[in-house]
Amino acid sequence: MRTPDRKEITPEPLYLNRRNFIRAGVFAGSAAVTGLMYRAYRPDSIAVAPEEAPQSFGELTKRSEFQANETPNSFEDITNYNNFYEFSTSKTAVAREAQALKTDPWSVEVGGLVELPRTYSLQELLNFPQEERIYRFRCVEAWSMVIPWVGFPLAALLDQMRPTAEAKYVAFETAYDRSVMQSSFSAGIDFPYVEGLRIDEALHPLTLLATGLYGRPMPKQNGAPIRLVVPWKYGFKSIKSIVRITLTDKEPPTTWNIAAPREYGFYSNVNPNVDHPRWSQKRERRIGEITMRETLMFNGYEKEVADLYRGMDLEKFY
Amino acid sequence: MDNARFLKLILGVNALIPLGLLLFDAATGRLGANPIEYFLRATGVMTLVMLLATLTVTPLRKLFGWNILIKSRRMLGLLAFFYCSTHLVTYSIFDKSGNLTAIVGDVAQRPFIAVGMAAFLVMLPLAVTSTNGAIKKLGGKNWQRLHRLSYLVAILGVVHFWMIVKSDLYYPALFAAGLALLFGIRLFYRQTAKKEGQKPGLAFRPD
Repeated sequence: MRTPDRKEITPEPLYLNRRNFIRAGVFAGSAAVTGLMYRAYRPDSIAVAPEEAPQSFGELTKRSEFQANETPNSFEDITNYNNFYEFSTSKTAVAREAQALKTDPWSVEVGGLVELPRTYSLQELLNFPQEERIYRFRCVEAWSMVIPWVGFPLAALLDQMRPTAEAKYVAFETAYDRSVMQSSFSAGIDFPYVEGLRIDEALHPLTLLATGLYGRPMPKQNGAPIRLVVPWKYGFKSIKSIVRITLTDKEPPTTWNIAAPREYGFYSNVNPNVDHPRWSQKRERRIGEITMRETLMFNGYEKEVADLYRGMDLEKFY
Repeated sequence: MDNARFLKLILGVNALIPLGLLLFDAATGRLGANPIEYFLRATGVMTLVMLLATLTVTPLRKLFGWNILIKSRRMLGLLAFFYCSTHLVTYSIFDKSGNLTAIVGDVAQRPFIAVGMAAFLVMLPLAVTSTNGAIKKLGGKNWQRLHRLSYLVAILGVVHFWMIVKSDLYYPALFAAGLALLFGIRLFYRQTAKKEGQKPGLAFRPD
């Protein structure tokens, strides 16, 4: 073996320099990878300023009795923090994923125990006089928002359909398209998403078929093009992207009740006195606020809806 | 700086990068509509990541002979404890308004909170005894025995995560699978060592 020439040996300062260079590279590289991994798990909001969204509703009726006397959440918060398990179980990822939903053409099939079953096109539903309603929205996960919906009372549609005397409940179903609803395999609940109301709840003047918010058509992540809004119940009752409404004589199955019957009942009225088995419902975090606030009975709509449940044990019928 | 110390520096800095980015995002209003929930979730997940990293050291030594990692293990454990404390403080201040009675009530009523709190309490003595002095005082064998509780902490942590999820178990399952794999490797080496009539485990090294 040949002894290397003195000249060939890397001088110590240079050797150390190279080592430092490699170390700096490893350091920077690992830091970059860690940073990118963090970013991948914190999706950025889809910035949609309300003024950029298409405008289609003109002057809206604003009846004072339906305006919660609170400041609505920003358009950005309302459209970037959503539960829509068909698209993602991450509330911050739904806005991006839900853009794959095809909402044109859209129709809603209404039938069951009614005299005049028929399929409504979206345009026909938009022909009902639309009004703005500012409602509190309380999620079962103990957060809440204030949302300026656009829509019309479900009662207006039901009246046209003429429910028969046997009709006791209304069942709703969300569109289900596996090809675009990528999360539906792993979400852990059954699809299509189904919900239901007792007929007197469905006919209540507060119950809204919402077609938009902030004066604009409904964003996809919020349940385009038409969804239910029942402001005194937990948010999951307000089913999104409706394709079917069926009047029935039996209590219809509801998705979260099927998934976890002990945790989510058919009624699911907002009730600070009945806790979710795993967490408290006494308080909620209003989006945009740091501390928690007290949750109100029936989400603050007690005066309007308490009569519907007179004499019912709300701990039993949660 | 020798390689072991350089590795420790790299691991430490990388473990703290998520915290730095979280704080930056918090300061610039980029944590989304519910920043508290996001911060809480992220510090919880980072606790699990650091716990699993701590438990990965021994399997990597056994599989690849990377003994250099042992010098970073106590730091990784302390980083897990640090993220866990941040998680607990965030919950206490923002979810419970710093109300001790409310926190105690929560622990008593909510099994997932109780499990999380138990994990923190088991971690406490481990964090306190991670100094050189404590190792000397306890003696290597006792110290090692005490610090086996980190397995329990990791199990409690994953169970805590599993219990709060509404229906999509993907992420908790991922952590559970990682933990199962780490336990599997340990068990495998333990069995092999038994067959060959050796004492299982590596020679004691506090670092």
